[in-house]
Amino acid sequence: MTTALFEARGVTKKFGGLTALRQVDFVLERGIASIIGPNGAGKTTLFNIFTGLYAADEGGVAFQGRPLLGLRPDQITALGVCRTFQNIRLFANMTALENVLVGMHARIGLRVWDVLARAPRFHQTEAALQARAVALLERVGLRGDPNAVARNLPYGDQRRLEIARALAAGPALLLLDEPTAGMTQGEAGELMGLLRALVADLGLALILIEHNMRVVMEVSDRVTVLDHGEKIAEGPPREVQADPRVIEAYLGTAARQRRPRAAR
Amino acid sequence: MTRAALAIGLIAASAWAVATFPRSVLAFLLFQGSLLHAYLAPIPRWLRVALLAAALLVLMPVIGAYNGYYLEVATQVGIFVALALGLNIVVGLAGLLDLGYVAFFAVGAYSWAIFGSPHANLIFGGGFPLAAGWFWAFLVVGLLVAAGAGVLLGLPVLRLRGDYLAIVTLGFGEVIRVLANNLDKPINITNGPKGITPISRPPVPFDVSYAEAFYFLVLAIVGVVILVNRRLEDSHVGRAWEAIREDELAAQAMGVPLVRSKLLAFACGASFAGVMGVVFSAKQVFINPESFTFLESIGVLAMVILGGMGSIPGAVVGATVVTVLNLQVLKGLSLWLNELKNAGVTVFGLSLADLPTQLEPAKYERMIFGMILVLMMIFRPQGIFPVRRRARELAGKS
Repeated sequence: MTTALFEARGVTKKFGGLTALRQVDFVLERGIASIIGPNGAGKTTLFNIFTGLYAADEGGVAFQGRPLLGLRPDQITALGVCRTFQNIRLFANMTALENVLVGMHARIGLRVWDVLARAPRFHQTEAALQARAVALLERVGLRGDPNAVARNLPYGDQRRLEIARALAAGPALLLLDEPTAGMTQGEAGELMGLLRALVADLGLALILIEHNMRVVMEVSDRVTVLDHGEKIAEGPPREVQADPRVIEAYLGTAARQRRPRAAR
Repeated sequence: MTRAALAIGLIAASAWAVATFPRSVLAFLLFQGSLLHAYLAPIPRWLRVALLAAALLVLMPVIGAYNGYYLEVATQVGIFVALALGLNIVVGLAGLLDLGYVAFFAVGAYSWAIFGSPHANLIFGGGFPLAAGWFWAFLVVGLLVAAGAGVLLGLPVLRLRGDYLAIVTLGFGEVIRVLANNLDKPINITNGPKGITPISRPPVPFDVSYAEAFYFLVLAIVGVVILVNRRLEDSHVGRAWEAIREDELAAQAMGVPLVRSKLLAFACGASFAGVMGVVFSAKQVFINPESFTFLESIGVLAMVILGGMGSIPGAVVGATVVTVLNLQVLKGLSLWLNELKNAGVTVFGLSLADLPTQLEPAKYERMIFGMILVLMMIFRPQGIFPVRRRARELAGKS
């Protein structure tokens, strides 16, 4: 058996008496996987464990066969797992370009000495970084000025910038936490086009947390449904959509009861 | 063209004014103002550099020959500029509020004070003070010791942010001062509150006075500090610091190693203070713990805030304004008021001589200072020279 690109086994996380995640398994080989579920289902907690912001109480996470638990977030980023945040967390007072440059931090091989001495190596590296950053901003379709301070960018640009910043680290796996939140259907569609292109061109694997069902159904290869910290369904989008447990989790028991009546 | 002539003319005229009225504080303030004007005026870069270099390297020592006190003021300004720039890295760039910064200054100062005076004989037997030439080596020693102290402080406070960090650093500053006050027994390391004297001065080349030598030394160090500051700021190191200031969690998630970056910020900031501490102890010949109180830390922080957090020109201007205010303006006002009193001047029928003796501007230093800070926070919270984001040249975009 070959090792999966990304694999989580039996992940459990408790906050005091509350069990946020219970024995969650998650495997991704390639392509786009979505994690959906009602608010408070534990989706973001799962992301935080994947990226090292939280320590899991039980279970294991491995990326390309390497265990991630116990590593710091910056080490996990350096290995090639990067993320965006649900509530955009840009470096608000830095320019768009600088935001992307920070994202490259883990890939910069310069020592403090190179910086102080301003060796040719330094200038070459900086120039290359900047060229890459500009290219990334174009790639995600930033409309505003790359030299504009991040907090002054329009909302859609901020979402795009966060993706560019995450891509800057050169990840093999990108975790996007509600990338289309607050976007119009048109904007969301554009973004999905971008994500698909990234997967096709860069061979990137994606995990999405998403509430926009149209988006989820359209782009996902697989969908995982969490409810109250437990995985209640997993599979291709169409199958998951028809799963009675999923319908119950989203619409409540009343919906389920109504169904047979309608069938009658 | 006219702006260039104006900049040159202002510097020349104010320098002439200082030479003609060597006792006039106003003339010296005018001179400082003309330097600021030259820095800000829309003139070619080479001219600006040439003007500032000429003013600082030639005119200032000449002014010092007319009134030695001005050279002392300029040297003090330089020392505080270096301190403000060091603290600017920690507070302004990395966003780590440090209220005990002067501790690093103290560490540097004591490192040379102990070995550059006969005091070390009490610890090691004999052979001290070290030859004056060792001073140069101790600039590096002071830097390393202070950087080490910075890492030492940084390690336990890595997980703290904001207010909590401020309180712990405040405590650290006090610990260093209390240590300096009490390490006179069982082994006499710091000589306690009595302080250490005489501290050796460095050998002076040619025929310059100590005052001039220290002025040039401080100027050179400030130059290096500014250069280092600028290079760090404009690199991945500086960007990582700013990212930590903006959002620590996101910075870490983007691959910035928090521990390394924060420790580096503490060490860099501390090392500048350490070097200046060595210079300070040699310049003063005598140091005791009173030079390194909490209020000094606050003073340096006020310089950074006044100038504009994270801004290099801001730190320079902030340090200059505060130091000149302390050393010259308030003292000048006190003297002037006294003269008026002695001359029996009356205002609205009231004799100034009847004013209470406590009413002396120099004694209100902290109050005036507080007022300035409050006013700044209301009207210009970003500081005198806020950070200007560098716009980068983008290839392919016009």
